[in-house]
Amino acid sequence: MNRSLFLKIASALLLFGAWEISGRIPVSFAFPTFVESMTALFVIIIDGSIFVAYADTLQPLLLGVFISTILGIGIGLWVGLSEKFDWFISPIFIVMQAAPLAALIPLLIMVYGVDLASKVFVVCIMAMPVIVLNTGNAVRNTPISIKEMGKAFLGSKKDIILKIILPSSSPIIFAGLRLGVSAGFIGAILAELKITPTGIGDIISYSRSVGDYPTMYAAIFSIIVLAVIFLNSLEKIENYLFKGNNKGYISD
Amino acid sequence: MSETSSNEIAVSVKNVSKNYGEVEALKNMSLDFPKGQLTSLLGPSGCGKTTLLKIIAGLLPASSGEVLVNGAKVTSPGPDRAFVFQDFALMPWASVIRNVAFGLELRGVNKTERESVAQKYISDVGLKGFENSFPHELSGGMRQRVGLARALSVNADVLLMDEPFSAVDEQTRRKFQEDLLNLIKVEKKTFIFVTHSIEEAVYVSDQIAILLPRPSRVSEIIKPSGFKHKDVDSIRKDSEYLDIVDKIWKSLRTYVQ
Amino acid sequence: MRLFGYKLPGMSSLLIWGMLWEIIGRSKITYFIPSVTEIFHTFLEILPSPAFVQAVSETGYALMSGLFFATFIGIPLGILMGKNRIIDEILLPWVNIFLSAPLTALVPVLMVLFGFGMKSIIITTTLFAIWIIMLNSRAGVLQINRSLVEMASSFGAKPLDAFFKVYFWAALPEILGGVRIGFIRAVKGVIIGQLLISVVGFGALFEIYSSNFLMSHFWAIIFVLFTLAFFFAELLAFLERKVSYYASNR
Repeated sequence: MNRSLFLKIASALLLFGAWEISGRIPVSFAFPTFVESMTALFVIIIDGSIFVAYADTLQPLLLGVFISTILGIGIGLWVGLSEKFDWFISPIFIVMQAAPLAALIPLLIMVYGVDLASKVFVVCIMAMPVIVLNTGNAVRNTPISIKEMGKAFLGSKKDIILKIILPSSSPIIFAGLRLGVSAGFIGAILAELKITPTGIGDIISYSRSVGDYPTMYAAIFSIIVLAVIFLNSLEKIENYLFKGNNKGYISD
Repeated sequence: MSETSSNEIAVSVKNVSKNYGEVEALKNMSLDFPKGQLTSLLGPSGCGKTTLLKIIAGLLPASSGEVLVNGAKVTSPGPDRAFVFQDFALMPWASVIRNVAFGLELRGVNKTERESVAQKYISDVGLKGFENSFPHELSGGMRQRVGLARALSVNADVLLMDEPFSAVDEQTRRKFQEDLLNLIKVEKKTFIFVTHSIEEAVYVSDQIAILLPRPSRVSEIIKPSGFKHKDVDSIRKDSEYLDIVDKIWKSLRTYVQ
Repeated sequence: MRLFGYKLPGMSSLLIWGMLWEIIGRSKITYFIPSVTEIFHTFLEILPSPAFVQAVSETGYALMSGLFFATFIGIPLGILMGKNRIIDEILLPWVNIFLSAPLTALVPVLMVLFGFGMKSIIITTTLFAIWIIMLNSRAGVLQINRSLVEMASSFGAKPLDAFFKVYFWAALPEILGGVRIGFIRAVKGVIIGQLLISVVGFGALFEIYSSNFLMSHFWAIIFVLFTLAFFFAELLAFLERKVSYYASNR
């Protein structure tokens, strides 16, 4: 445990160190050092502008992720349980998965405006396909033996779905949630970078346009950190809810 | 030593057939299972023994014929029957005690009550101390004990066991067979036991139904009696035991591909 | 799913959705959705046009270059991670972070550093694809059966031989799987890169069509992109299956 933590810190130091050094080499004036960027980060934390920005960005993101999770798992469950429904609706989500939905985003925002609803919609169309498909897959492939066991011990249909099928599918569902959340993130930020001058995307665009590169890098750094925290929390939630599924070190 | 009281039939299979498309898994099978005894269904692969067991359990519908359990017709699983699965069918995300109590949980028994019942049976099958462990932390033999404890916890009259010991190693299997004999003496239930191992069948059973495939039928019923009173260690050396095993093997040998 | 006893092919419900689209398009509920036939006609119109051909070639070029770098850097690195514990512990946390981080946020950085052109787009594409390729290559190496390794050394195989004759093939199905997913991500990357940097390829076309609200044109190239992406992804899946016949018997 200690060794792995040590190595993680060491590699982080390595990366940030490399950043610092390359910032000092006059390769490009647009490449500030690590320290400069962190200072800028500190500044926008202190003056609160980062929190205002995230309040804007996170609203549609969280709402969109929440809706996508509930709807996505619900539809996925139905897809996994009903062959007819699977035939009917899976192709739509398969297409959405493979299609470059990102191209639609600027259009959607332009047409339907900069309000919360359209941003939530953007997050949803980015996040839902993978959640639905993963859930559907996992539910459909629940081991027959364990479903039979539920039936043998007199489980009702509802019992079998809630107590057996869903927990059994949870690792794959959570993997889908992680991918969905990151896709939703991409959607939210893309919308902000491309069209709407709001949120953290605005900080990035604005600071870039005035040449304030340290702030731009700071904002981007904060997004990555936030995404990592989000996804780690998802993992923690999964471990808490379904402790037995974690069979130790899982290599992806 | 065990005498069949012919008026006490726990499970009665009458003219049961089961078809999968054109394949006849079971054809017109009739068999009685006496109360309070262990009857084995023994036979080579494809003779329909697991199919029959699942029909009795209510997990599969028969194509024709009927099954009566304590006089009542079987249409679906019921509280009078409990199943032990060949591949254990444990929920990997749940602890041992939750797995064992699952049957009671599905019946709506409240948590404290069902956990104390589960506790007893966990102890009975020799897993005391492992209540909060997870299936992946247990060996194959231990996992099957969990499955057994789960089936015992619901206190059904009839215990259906689908090759319960085939997925564990040989030594564990022998131990299980010995434990099963002791269990039968304690629990006054009817056991229906599917196996493909001749030694196992002769060792544990009060009566053995030998099933043959294509078409699946009961070819004979053997009631080993002479060595039932012996202790678990001596049975495997008993000459009647060895004779019956040999006899069964000779008649089954032609059916093995 | 069966209808009158005949098994319906997968994805065939798209025909029904297509008809639904056609109906919505014709009834002009929203100009956002023109009818399928209109889109198809527009597609035939723009297909031979120089703008379209250039877009396809520019996008294709960026995509292939990006994918090229992603595979030729990602696969060896991934294999290294699989073989060497220390490299693995240093690199893995970062790979995981960048795998799920919103890489879109990094594009402004690339624009600032590398300008507004093809270079940035290629780097974006590479970045989108490389992490999953690394992870899958690593996984492919990790699952190589110990006894294969022992077998190779017991027959006196030199390291280079062992790699090319045994390990590479053993890890190949997993690696190909990674390349396939990497390809889909690369398509997303090249599009997002073009949307944000927007001087070349399909990104430029999207920009022109959407700002002029030329919806049929817009949908036409969406369909084209999707079909191309789907086609190549299926091609890769086919290759993967060809190689995987031995995968499940590991």
